[in-house]
Parts: sequence; C-alpha cells; structure tokens
Amino acid sequence: MRIGDFRESYRHDEALFATPVARAWFAALLAALLLFPLVGSGYLVGLACVLGIHVIASAGLNIMTGYTGLISLGHAAFMGVGCYTAAYFAQRGLPFVLTLPLAGLFAAALGVVVGMPSLRIKGLYLAVATLAMQFLLVYVFREWDSVTGGVRGVNVPPAELLGVKLDTDQRMAWLIAACAVALLLAARNLFRTRVGRAFIAIRDKDISAEVLGIDLLRYKLAAFAIGSFYAGVAGALLAYYYRAMTPEYFTLQLSIFYLAAIIVGGLGSTLGSILGAVFMTLVPEALRAIVSFIAQWAPRAVEILSPIQQVVFGLLIIGFLVFEPHGLLEIWRRVRRFFHLWPFRA
Amino acid sequence: MNAGFDWIVLAEFSAIGLLSGGLLALIALGFVLIYKGTGVINFAMGEFMMLGAYFFYTAHVMWGLDLWLALPATLAAVALAAALVERAILRPLSGQPVISVLMATIGLASALHGGVDAVWGGRNYEMPTLLPRKPLIVGDILIPGQLLWSFLLAAVVITAFTLYFRYSRTGIAMRAAASDPTTAYVLGIDVRRTQRLTWVFAGLVGAVAGIVVASMTSLSPALGGAALGVLAVIILGGLDSIAGAIVAGLVIGLLESLTAGYLGGKVRDIVPYVVVLVILLVRPYGLFGTRQIERL
Repeated sequence: MRIGDFRESYRHDEALFATPVARAWFAALLAALLLFPLVGSGYLVGLACVLGIHVIASAGLNIMTGYTGLISLGHAAFMGVGCYTAAYFAQRGLPFVLTLPLAGLFAAALGVVVGMPSLRIKGLYLAVATLAMQFLLVYVFREWDSVTGGVRGVNVPPAELLGVKLDTDQRMAWLIAACAVALLLAARNLFRTRVGRAFIAIRDKDISAEVLGIDLLRYKLAAFAIGSFYAGVAGALLAYYYRAMTPEYFTLQLSIFYLAAIIVGGLGSTLGSILGAVFMTLVPEALRAIVSFIAQWAPRAVEILSPIQQVVFGLLIIGFLVFEPHGLLEIWRRVRRFFHLWPFRA
Repeated sequence: MNAGFDWIVLAEFSAIGLLSGGLLALIALGFVLIYKGTGVINFAMGEFMMLGAYFFYTAHVMWGLDLWLALPATLAAVALAAALVERAILRPLSGQPVISVLMATIGLASALHGGVDAVWGGRNYEMPTLLPRKPLIVGDILIPGQLLWSFLLAAVVITAFTLYFRYSRTGIAMRAAASDPTTAYVLGIDVRRTQRLTWVFAGLVGAVAGIVVASMTSLSPALGGAALGVLAVIILGGLDSIAGAIVAGLVIGLLESLTAGYLGGKVRDIVPYVVVLVILLVRPYGLFGTRQIERL
C-alpha cells in the first residue's frame, strides 16, 4: 500500500526516488545485487552477467530511440566498436578502469559521425542508414585483421582491480552490476536536466523543438553520442566477460533484439529498458528449459528449439505492439495502481 | 587503363549486372508498392519471397503438382497470407509511430523465418530449374540463359503492374488512396480494401521473385536475408517511385556485378550499404522520390 505521495517542494518533485519506500526498495535491490553472486548457482550468475550487459545496452538504445525518437538498427555494431576498443587497449596493458570509458568514448565518437546525417534524414530513412552502418561496421570487424583479429576474433586478458583478477563469473557479476547501476542512475538523472528534456521535445516534434530554441543538430548528436557510449561500455564488458569475441556476435539480430527489448519493456523509460532486457533474455532461456523438458518424450524437439525461439521473438514484438504498445512498464503500472489502495478498494 | 585491359570481360560483367538488375527491380517493386500504399518499409519482404519459394517447392516437388497448377496455388496461398498479415498486424497499427510499424514488420520477418525453419528445416533444397538454361551468345559475350529469362520475366511483371495502375479502375483507386487517403475516402474509395490489395500485390511480387531466385540458386532460409540488400535500390530510386525502382535496380545490379568481378564477392556484399549511405547523405529522397515537406 502506498498512499499520500504528495509533492510539496520542487526538490521533492525532482528527486530521483520520490518516496522513502522507493529509496528502501532501491537499497534492497543494491543488497540483492551484492549478495546474488555469492548465493546464485553458476548458471544463474552467468545469466545475470549477460542480463546486466543487455540492460546497459538497452538503456543506451532507449535514450536514443525511446526518448529522442532516433531509430537505430545499428546498436549492436556500436557495441562491437566498444568491444574491440577495449580488447585492443587491454591487450596493450591498459587497466579496465581506463579501457571501459575509452570503449564508450570511441563508440560515442563514431555515434556522432553516424548521427551527422540525422538532421536531414529521419524516421524510416534514418533506420535504413543505421542498418547500412550495421553491415559496414561488421564488415570492418571481419576484415580489419590487425585490430579485430578478423573472423577468428580477439582474446582479451581478464580485467584486474587492485591486484584481483576478475576472471570468474562471480567477480564479473559485481563489476557488471556496478556499471549497470551507475549508468542507469545516470540515465534516469539525464531526464531531469535540460539535455534530457530537449531530447524528449525533439522526439515529440522536432520542428517545434527547434522553434523553441533547441539546437537540433547538437542535441541529436548528443543523443547519438550518449546512446553509443552506453553501447560501447556494454560491448567492453562483453569483451571482459567472454574474454574472446568474434564479429558474429554483433549481428543485425542483436540490434533488433535491443529494439525489441525497449519496445517490449517500454519506450522512453529507464525501468522499461530493464524490464524489457530482462524479459527478452529470459524468454529464450525459459523456452530452452521447456523444450529440454519435452525432449524427454520427443527428442526431436531440441532440433526446432532455435526456430521456435525466433517465432516467439517475432510474435512477442507484434503482440506487444498491437495489444500493449506501452510495454511491460504499463502492465507494471497497472499492477501497482491496483495495490495502491488495496485492500480498501480493489 | 593499361594495355591488357579486357573490354570483353567488362562488357560481360556489365551485361550480367544489368540483367540481374531486373530481379532487383522486381523485389524493389514489392517494397515500393507497400511504401506508396501504406507508408511502411516492409522488412518482411524477404520472408514473403521465402514463403513463396517454399510453398512452390512443396506443391511442385513434394506433392508433384504440375507447374501450371502449383504456381497459381502458391500465388493464392501467399496472397492469402499477405492479406492476413495486413488485417492482423498492419491495420491495428495504422497511425502509430514509424518505429512501431517498422518493428512490427521486423517481428513478422522473425516469426515467418522461424516458422519456415521449423516446418521445412534449415537444409538446402534443390529447386528444379524453371527458366531455360540455354545461354545467349552475342559476339564474344556469353549471357547465361536463366539470367536473361529472369530479366524478361521481371520486365513483364513490372510492365503488367504499371499498366494495371495506369488503366484499371482498381489501380487508379489504389493510386488515389496512396496519394491522399482522406480525399480518396471521401470520394467513395474503400481505402481499407486498397491497402489490403497493396499487401496482396506486394506478396505476389515477392512470391514470384522468391520462386525465380530459388530456382536459379537453391532454396534455404538464407533466401530471407537477400531482400535487405534491395533496400539500396529503393533508397537510390526513391521510396515511392516505380520508375526509380527500375532505374536503380539496373544501376545497383551493374554496380554489384562490377565490384564482384573486379574486387571480389566480399566487397560486393557491402556495396548496397555503401550506396545507401552515400545516397542518404547526398540526396535523401533518391533519384525519383517525392521530397517530403513538413509542416507544423
């Protein structure tokens, strides 16, 4: 039950977490993130690492697409840029506290370059341009042997913090969780600032925003830079987590996965990015579990697992768009509203 | 140019490129129809091609139906599928933001791709050759027969559609609904029906293209990805121009064939995307597309 949430001062209205209850939940979440790697099984901790990386990348795409309205079909390629940047510098002995931001900055710089045409082209045209960029970058990953290792991929030395090698899933989980929390808080904070508000104005109607004095080029490029920075950091974490990456990871499918995640979760919301990324990562895992359960009686079921995952993926996107366009976030809000006055009024 | 430059080879590459441009233009026609009629880029175009090819294979090879029975049956099935897609997915989403409709077609592509994979499996099927193989020899240049006939077929289909839109009552209604749905609606045109027809026609075009492409190469789920490269054609030609699709189809075909010939197959694969980026930077509305004017 949560009632009596009245905003009495501007500071209260602007707060990251509006109520003590929300702050308590956030503290509980932090504690859970801290403890989980200790108690979770190996499979679960590994899954949590991948989840955290997906959440970071989705949050970045949501800033670009959900908040600013710039559709990108090339998010995975930017992750790739981050991944290879981190790998390149890590192999030359730079510690991860440097390579992580460097990876983000490289991806952001490239994001600015790709974002340049976004002033002239938008909507579907921008989607096609980023799609083209996706294929070009993967081509570069494959062919630029001296940096990316070509199709064989790169190996990355484990991350090291204060002399401790982060070479187990457990230790990586802490690192990824810390990065995710920091970046998500930053994303949430961004939309309390002038920059974030400008992004939202651009999404709602870019010409109106320009009339209101928002420098379109500057803010669109900023959105590209920030979104790509998130992708770059996520890619760098991916490099440290798997410690060996090939270009085959950063396909168009992955870009589409992130778009699907933010649509299913909820466009233009940090919580939506989290919900969507978690949901879209867990559904294929659940399907795998179901199929391996059925396979006890029908061994051939395993063969069609991957097509079934594809079908479910597609149907989820369509289903959410048609029936629940505001995504899981809206479902979550409905559930919460129901419990606001429960049990006094249902 | 050095002295040893082989003009015959250049001519042969050019001929092959221009002829393969016919198929590109045909697939592009499928994109353009839907964009003109409903304002959507259909990312599931490749999956429609795939569907057509697999249906045809099932009817013609697996069930042993005669070619002239299997072909209409396949086209009818794909037309039905396209109409269903329009009714179930696109109509509820009309008026939604671009990203919703875009993602819906991407989701559709994924679902169809997975569905085909689940039913027919991921292996390669050997499609019977439908078009005559006998090559045409002009002087020293050898032109593969299948390519020539696929070009002619594409030309016939595209011409038929152009004539249909120009002279038939439904065709004119579809053009009217595409250029201004509200006015068309007021004038008594059933806009929903024209939009459904648009999807059906695009599905038919895709199915024909899919069958031809599969019969020239082989049939596997990879066919679905082939249509993405055609995006270059429609961006170059202009998203809403059939004439643009034809010209751009030939240009891209030529470009692909020349790069494949002189620089290798890997470079060829990214040519369409380089073209897309250059066009979008230099002339975002393509060669023949309508420049959009935005008002507040």
